[in-house]
Amino acid sequence: MSDHEHHHHGDEGHEHDRPLSGPALRVKALESLLTEKGLVDPQALDELIDTYETKVGPRNGARVVARAWVDPAYRKRLLADAGDAIAEFGFFGRQGEDMVVLENTRKVRNVVVCTLCSCYPWPVLGLPPVWYKAAPYRARAVIDPRGVLKELGSEVPEDVEVRVWDSTAELRYLVLPERPAGTEDWTEEQLAQIVSRDAMIGVAEATVPARTV
Amino acid sequence: MNGAHDLGGMHGLGPVEIEHDEPVFHSHWERRMFALTLASGFHGKWNIDMSRYAREQMPPAEYLATTYYEHWLFGLQKLLVEQELVTAQELQAGHADAKSDACAVRAPEVEALLRKRRAARLDEDVAPLFRAGDRVVARNIHPTGHTRLPRYARGRRGVIDRDHGVFIFADTHAMSRDKKPQHCYSVRFTARELWGAEASARDHIFVDLWDDHLDPA
Repeated sequence: MSDHEHHHHGDEGHEHDRPLSGPALRVKALESLLTEKGLVDPQALDELIDTYETKVGPRNGARVVARAWVDPAYRKRLLADAGDAIAEFGFFGRQGEDMVVLENTRKVRNVVVCTLCSCYPWPVLGLPPVWYKAAPYRARAVIDPRGVLKELGSEVPEDVEVRVWDSTAELRYLVLPERPAGTEDWTEEQLAQIVSRDAMIGVAEATVPARTV
Repeated sequence: MNGAHDLGGMHGLGPVEIEHDEPVFHSHWERRMFALTLASGFHGKWNIDMSRYAREQMPPAEYLATTYYEHWLFGLQKLLVEQELVTAQELQAGHADAKSDACAVRAPEVEALLRKRRAARLDEDVAPLFRAGDRVVARNIHPTGHTRLPRYARGRRGVIDRDHGVFIFADTHAMSRDKKPQHCYSVRFTARELWGAEASARDHIFVDLWDDHLDPA
């Protein structure tokens, strides 16, 4: 499966120099049919793509996390009613209608997966990366979360509990990572810079990049 | 259905490979496929559970051998024909025999459609069958239709961690559009209950399940 995925990692610049692949041809034919039928408007398609390619992404979630780190009242609201607290930033909508925030502590690491499809909190993280949607993660996150985390360079100590959340309903999960030590005097904006997408899925921790310490 | 989509616990699929600085889409056709799916869905001819069920019906060998947006392509083609937005003949031929009566969503309408705050949560006053702390067992069911109860949890004992309130029941919503309003819970299973003595004694797996998936234990 992972070998297969690599077929899509081509350089966009060369895309038009070679014959279109099977799915590319079929999608092009489908778009042309649906446009001809009057069922889709190509400009609306562009707008949908632009929204998730340039406007919505994990920087949104990072702002939420950074706020929760510096503002205890906000953190409380976020853990009590994530949907409303996240909407304070204007982040809400499709695939984020009902949000739950999971708090990491010294004793608990949360990990989010969707074993059945690819459920993911779009308004705060954007569209999911390939690895989150692909079979290896969906298969292994529930049966061997510690093994997966170790492979990804985020080994969990024995005395820390791992909680895996399988997104089987219309609830979307966001992990609130622990604030790293050494960031006590950082501003909210600086903190948002070190919150990665993977930390908000739960497969990494928020860390201070070596050069800024 | 016991399809290839129900992947939890499967072995032999290889390592998890994170691509650094991954683009949102890896090729032009993925972009268009993503947008075609959302734009077609705006006609309201199907719901998200029907959409998931359509993708799950891709034959298992094909599902595992193809990528994410190929699953979407399979699902969308199936729904378009089943819900009579296009005919099988039009899909085959690649051109329209007749224009649709339906009205395409236009670009200025897109933002509002993506920013709705309600989806599956319902206002119906339905009493919960369980409360936080109750011990439950997930039903051992194997429906040939859609279900959000993954195989690895069936027949396993857990505890209600929290009640999320009343939601559309995905299993019936996918098959007959019946919302069958009922409570949805996070159910906490020990890793050992699901995976045996080799699993960590400390770890837990939480699965979101509905009243109709659960019995008292």
